[in-house]
Formats: sequence, C-alpha cells, structure tokens
Amino acid sequence: MSAADIRDSYDVAIIGAGPAGLSAATSTANAGLSTVLFDEQAGLGGQIYRAITETPVTNKSVLGTNYWRGAELVAAFRSSGAQYVPGATVWSLTREREIGVSLRGGSQLVSARRVIICTGALERPFPIPGWTLPGVMTAGAAQILLKSSGLLPAGRTVLAGCGPLLWLIAWQYLNAGAKIAAILDTTPGENRLRALPHCVPFLFSGYFRDGLKLLRAVKREVRVIPGVTSLRATGDERVRSVAYQSGNRAEASMPVDNLLLHQGVAPNVNLAMSVGIEHRWSAEQLCWVPVLDAHGSSAVDGIAIAGDGAGIAGAAAAEWRGRLAAMAAARALGRGVAKSEETRAQRELAGCLRGRAFLDALYRPAKAFRQPSGETIVCRCEETTARQITHAVALGCPGPNQMKIFHRCGMGPCQGRLCGLTVTELIAESRGVPPQEVGYYRLRPPVKPITVGEVAALPKTDAAVYAVTRM
Amino acid sequence: MFQRWQPEAASPTVTLVIDGKPVTARDGDTVAAAMFAAGLHHCRTTPVSGAPRAPYCMMGVCFDCLVTVDGIGNRQGCLVRVRDGMQVELQLGKRELGR
Repeated sequence: MSAADIRDSYDVAIIGAGPAGLSAATSTANAGLSTVLFDEQAGLGGQIYRAITETPVTNKSVLGTNYWRGAELVAAFRSSGAQYVPGATVWSLTREREIGVSLRGGSQLVSARRVIICTGALERPFPIPGWTLPGVMTAGAAQILLKSSGLLPAGRTVLAGCGPLLWLIAWQYLNAGAKIAAILDTTPGENRLRALPHCVPFLFSGYFRDGLKLLRAVKREVRVIPGVTSLRATGDERVRSVAYQSGNRAEASMPVDNLLLHQGVAPNVNLAMSVGIEHRWSAEQLCWVPVLDAHGSSAVDGIAIAGDGAGIAGAAAAEWRGRLAAMAAARALGRGVAKSEETRAQRELAGCLRGRAFLDALYRPAKAFRQPSGETIVCRCEETTARQITHAVALGCPGPNQMKIFHRCGMGPCQGRLCGLTVTELIAESRGVPPQEVGYYRLRPPVKPITVGEVAALPKTDAAVYAVTRM
Repeated sequence: MFQRWQPEAASPTVTLVIDGKPVTARDGDTVAAAMFAAGLHHCRTTPVSGAPRAPYCMMGVCFDCLVTVDGIGNRQGCLVRVRDGMQVELQLGKRELGR
C-alpha cells in the first residue's frame, strides 16, 4: 500500500480494524459502497484479535476459540472488496468528514460521505506507586507480546488488578506453560453485593459459561491473593518487588520481574471528542461514553461510532454495532437495507449486552486504585503527581484544562490517554462534585503527534496560502 | 523480562542493531517486542526526570516505547516493525532537534 493508492474520497471511511471496524467495512463494501479501512497497526484485528493473520501462537487451544473468531471476520472482510490501509495513523477528523491520515511519514487528506469511528478501548489507567518502572506494564500489553511475537514472561511474574482480561491472560499463559507467581486480586468484596441484582441475565450469557471455566482453571494452578487494597511497585532501574495489603493484614511483599496490571478498559475517546461528539460520564463504567442513537450515529452529521468506543460491551457486541452502523450508512447513501437483517442485528446486539451490567458491577475498580494520593505519578508523560493535582484544586483549579496550565498534565505525547480519567476523578473528588461537572481535556487535532513538517507538506488551497502570506 | 515461547517457531528472522548491539528478531516483531526479546529493560529515559521507561501498553497509546529508528527520533517502537539492518537507539531525554 502506497500513499498514491489512496483516493481523495470514499463513500465510507472506517477508522480501526478491530471487530467493529472489520464488520462495518465488510457490510458497507458488500452494500456496494466504496469503503476504506484505516488502521494504525501493521495487521488486521485490532487489539482483541491482534496479529490474527500472522500470530506465531498457532496452537488454537492456547489463545482460545474466542480469539480465533477474528480469522472469520478477516476472511469476510477480505472478500468484501473494501480497501485496507495498514500503518495509517488518523490524526484529524473534521465535522465535514475530512480525515487527516499519516502514512510512512507523510500525510494526506481524505474525504468520506460517512465515517464510522471504530477506535475501540484502551486499558484504564492503574496509577500505583512505581507503575512507571520498567518491568511494570499492562496485562493487555503482555498479551499483545504473546499474540504478536510469541513472547512469554520470564522470571517471577505477578498479575494484579481485576476484570475478565486479567483472568483470560492468566489462562492463556498457563496454556502456553508460563509460570505465574501470584495474582493479586483487587476486586472489592462489596462488588459482589453490587453485582447480585444483575446476576440473572449474566447466568444466561456466554460470559458465565466461559468465565467460570477459565476462573476455575486459573485458581487451580495459581496462588490468588484476594481482597488486595493497596499496591506498590518498588525497584531501581526496573521493578524488583511488589508490596500489597490484603484485607486488614499488614503490608506484605514479594519479589517480581514482571508486574502486569489491569483494571478494565475504557473507550478510546480522543478522535471522537476532537470532532465534537458529546460524551457523558458513565457512573456504571466510570468513563466517558459518547451520546449515540441505536445505530451508533452521533449528533455530528455522518459520523458514527461502533465497538467499545461507543461504551464497553466486548468483541461480540462490537461486531453487531459495526453492522448496525454500516446499515445506517448504507441507508443514508441510498442503499436498501432489509428490515429483517436490521431486526436480527438489534436482537443479536441485545444478546451480547446481556450480562454486561453484572460484569461492570462485579469488576468495578476500587476507588483507591482510581484516585491515587501523594507522590504517585498520575500523568506518565509529564510526571505530574496526585499531590500536585489535589493541591492545585485547593488553589482553585476547577478542571482538567486548567490543570494543564498548572502542571502540564495531559500535554505530553499520549495526549491524556493514560491520565485523563484519573485527573477528572481526582478533581471531582477534591471538589466534591460529579465527574460530569468537571469534564475532560479539550481534545484537538492532531490527536496523534505528527511533525510540523508533515502538516506543512499537506496540499494547500489558495485561500489557506493567502491567509498566511496575504499574497 | 520476556522470552520466546517456541524459539524454533520464530523463523524467519531479521538482524537489526539495538543500542549498538546486533540483535536477531522474528520477522513481524515490532521494535518494542524485539527489545523485550533481546533482554533490554528500558528503551528510553524521560525528558522530565530522566527516569528509565519501558513499553507499557504495546498498542500505540502510552508513548513510553519512544526510540530513535534509523536516525528519526520519537518513533513508537510498538508500532514500527523490525527490518534487516535497522538501527535502533534508545531515546535519552527529549527528541534531538533535527532527528
């Protein structure tokens, strides 16, 4: 794929090649619409199906059958005729649906009549003392190393946190013969009570059957320390040990070479927020969720969101959300959509959402791990601490945008992806107001860093040249 | 600390230079994965405090895997694939002007 192969305009542009993007692109291309799928990674699948076309882990029982669903989606996508552009970083999207995309160090602008944002989720920040030390990474990152390069942790490995992914990766590691020294389970005990009212639909969901099997398998093999209420990674040039408190017991510690953290995922909001799609704070999922209709369409004309970027619902739901968004796009562009197909998609999506409320309640991360204190780093890029943030609030700093001026947090290359939720929650807690009132960073293009040279090299209209040169 | 699960399945390989040393990686590895497989503990130091950092998210969002690749700074090691003869340098502090 070279930049010259990319057209100036398409009927539909889809951003992100995970389950939502693959399904959406397959559907719009099959409906006869010219479709382009941009993805930042080198291969199809997003993170859930990362390296699905080329993983060295070919023994299917290691990663599990749910992972291999990705191969079916890829096969359908490849026969659809949609154009796939890998290694493409989308750094801007305007309300007129002009997309700025960077490919091999050069950028170009592409227009689309419909845009479906499928940028998925990222792992919730896990700000504990020492989380910036080498040797500490997200459990999802370690899983990507397994899927894409067949790498397993060596030495003493500890998993810490809560949520389905933590158990899934433990199970995959055991399947591959890797050793796990311990799982430090931070799921708060009171979550069981919170989850109880939601348990009936969960018992009838696929999560229950799969999840129970997996949990049992892991608990048979691995030492699980429940009720962990504090975590601290310590070391020098890399992590050496993790200290933890379990229940009311005194702090204990164990030596580690790899500390893998996970406490759920949250929508990757940067591109969607930058184009002005309204997001609201979800008290259930503790993150920002976009305001969308039943097909994923936003209030910005012609722009929809599908997949976990529309609110965390998992890979199976992402597929159906992708198809529903594709149907809305096809209808808007004058293609017929069979009512029966649409009804089926809605029914399937509802089935995928069954059990989600239970998971949200059961794996709701503890406040202690969402709202750090003292010298714990909140913004990894600018190394802003929790104490600096709460102190600035005490001085009158009301929100995340003002906090940038005080401490530059959120202004590094990650653009708030690793600190935004923490900063909003810390400010809200310190001010005693809901996160919705505090808001989020104002996100603007470029939503991924590109060089000034790359912007300068973009084709310019006469009006743009005149605006700068007056000539 | 990471190791290859099935080293025999790792072929074909490419050879690149990381921090001045020749390193063999699996064709298809990202630079960040190749650094882990080669036993490097960190890939950069921060511009703020000079603390060592290693890749944290492996999916393109955290920017802790920034390295200099073939003379160009601020490359996300988790998004760049290894190539034969590639020169990877640790990025110490902020990106140098002109690189």
